[in-house]
Amino acid sequence: MRKGPSRVGLFAYAILYLAFLYVPVLFLPLFSLNDSVFIAFPLSGFTTQWYEAMLSDDAMLRALRNSLEVGTATALLSTLLGLLTAKALTQFRVPGSAALLGFTSLPLFIPDIVLGISLLILLDAANLPLSLLSVIAGHTLICVPFAITVLLSRLEGFDKSLEEASRDLGENAWMSFWRVTFPLALPGIISSLLLTFIVSFDEFLIAYFLAGNEATLPIYIWSQLRFPYKLPEVLALGAAILIASTLLVVFAEWLRSRGLEDRKHIMVGA
Amino acid sequence: MRFYRRSEGARGTALLSPTMLVMLAALAAPLALLALYSFWSQNGYALDTHFTLAQYEVSLGRVGYRALFARSLEISSLVSVITVLLAYPMAYFVAFRVEKSKFVWLILLTIPFWTSYLLRVFAWKVILGYNGVINSGLLSLGLIHRPLEFLLYNPTAVVVTLAHAWAPFAILPIYVSLEKIDRSLLEAAADLGDGAVRRFFRITLPLSLPGVIAAAVIIFVPTTGDYVTPSLVGGSNGVMIANIIEVQFDKVGNWPLGAALAMASMAAVGVVTLLFVSAMRAAAGKIR
Repeated sequence: MRKGPSRVGLFAYAILYLAFLYVPVLFLPLFSLNDSVFIAFPLSGFTTQWYEAMLSDDAMLRALRNSLEVGTATALLSTLLGLLTAKALTQFRVPGSAALLGFTSLPLFIPDIVLGISLLILLDAANLPLSLLSVIAGHTLICVPFAITVLLSRLEGFDKSLEEASRDLGENAWMSFWRVTFPLALPGIISSLLLTFIVSFDEFLIAYFLAGNEATLPIYIWSQLRFPYKLPEVLALGAAILIASTLLVVFAEWLRSRGLEDRKHIMVGA
Repeated sequence: MRFYRRSEGARGTALLSPTMLVMLAALAAPLALLALYSFWSQNGYALDTHFTLAQYEVSLGRVGYRALFARSLEISSLVSVITVLLAYPMAYFVAFRVEKSKFVWLILLTIPFWTSYLLRVFAWKVILGYNGVINSGLLSLGLIHRPLEFLLYNPTAVVVTLAHAWAPFAILPIYVSLEKIDRSLLEAAADLGDGAVRRFFRITLPLSLPGVIAAAVIIFVPTTGDYVTPSLVGGSNGVMIANIIEVQFDKVGNWPLGAALAMASMAAVGVVTLLFVSAMRAAAGKIR
């Protein structure tokens, strides 16, 4: 690769860009440790009281558990649907597949508020109660296009003849999928699970319309933003989410690279 | 052979059917009902199910609503353009300049977005507010004597906040399309005497356009209907379409009017998106 001023310029840009992404977010942990209800400079002292308040907040813990449940269910459901769809579209000639793909990606082209209220109208018309289940339905709807996109781009480039070869060598359809397509798709599956989990864990508006009396974490946070004296505690929560999720991403990536290396050994050994 | 082809189609369809069922139940049916409601009207607490265009007359006729549609589309177009322009060099850097630690960069770029969307938006309120980070910082440095009032509660604050909040949705699609580019095409062009700038505009940019289009659309659609950002940092001049739709489903309780406003905003978003995508495709065709 060519070295020169454009290379240095681009690197400097990348650093500035990272600063733009990080600085606003890092104010959350900074002020969550500040010993003042007012979120302003100058800092007045170090405290962990906001974290203590957060951990003893039952409503918050309940909302967190709800969000983890909804996020997990949504990630599994939408990734499964995404995998089935991506496999169908890449490996079989399905009549009208372009139209079908267009239909499944429709939620990306409709604002969340519209999806939220139309699901609300449907549930109301069908006399179904609002609950975390309706939130899972709404989140699965918006996550399926993400799962399909991730898995389609992972499966797209693959040589279909690999699975055919496996079939010719006597494996049945399920084992061929399990031993050929699945390992090849695994990085995509992990990315899809992570992505759909984040989208769901973070989603506010659809959950706001569909959650009924339950609260997910974003709904809880929204309800707290109205009370100025609650703000430092909310910042502590934000900082905690940031740290937990950073550890999760790093762990997932570590697991993924380790898994890939193990597989390499197995394949070389076999 | 014919039998094989048919069975292939059947197997594909079988694999697709769970997704299709979910989409029909959670997307098609609710949208059909939304369309139906938009032709009804609210009569006190009851729904009047006689067909009427009254809700559309209000949605499209009232000057306040029209201005709101225009402002929402304007804000989100601006956000899409700014976010994509800022993200492109970043995605390009990771795809073409980083050699060994691409994953580290991608993770670094996504970590800030693992904290709640609400809190990222709220962070900007904290930064831009009257007693916020910028004002209190500048005051304690003695650079200003009174807090600056123009920072928060206006459309610019909405644009800045959204451009920050949606950054990874621009970086990732663009990165993926850049990463897919066959490097030998660039080498071939270099061997045939094309300089760096020419290579970028004739190979890299056209081949990365699908990612650019995807990024712009992925940002444009949800930001047009964003509720949180205009509520927190928009003030009265930064109100967007989702805020008045929400009101119809919450406090005022006029679901048919809310449905008509939602249908109209979907149509507006759809038209702008289609125009944008076809314009980009046409532009891409010209480059080649």
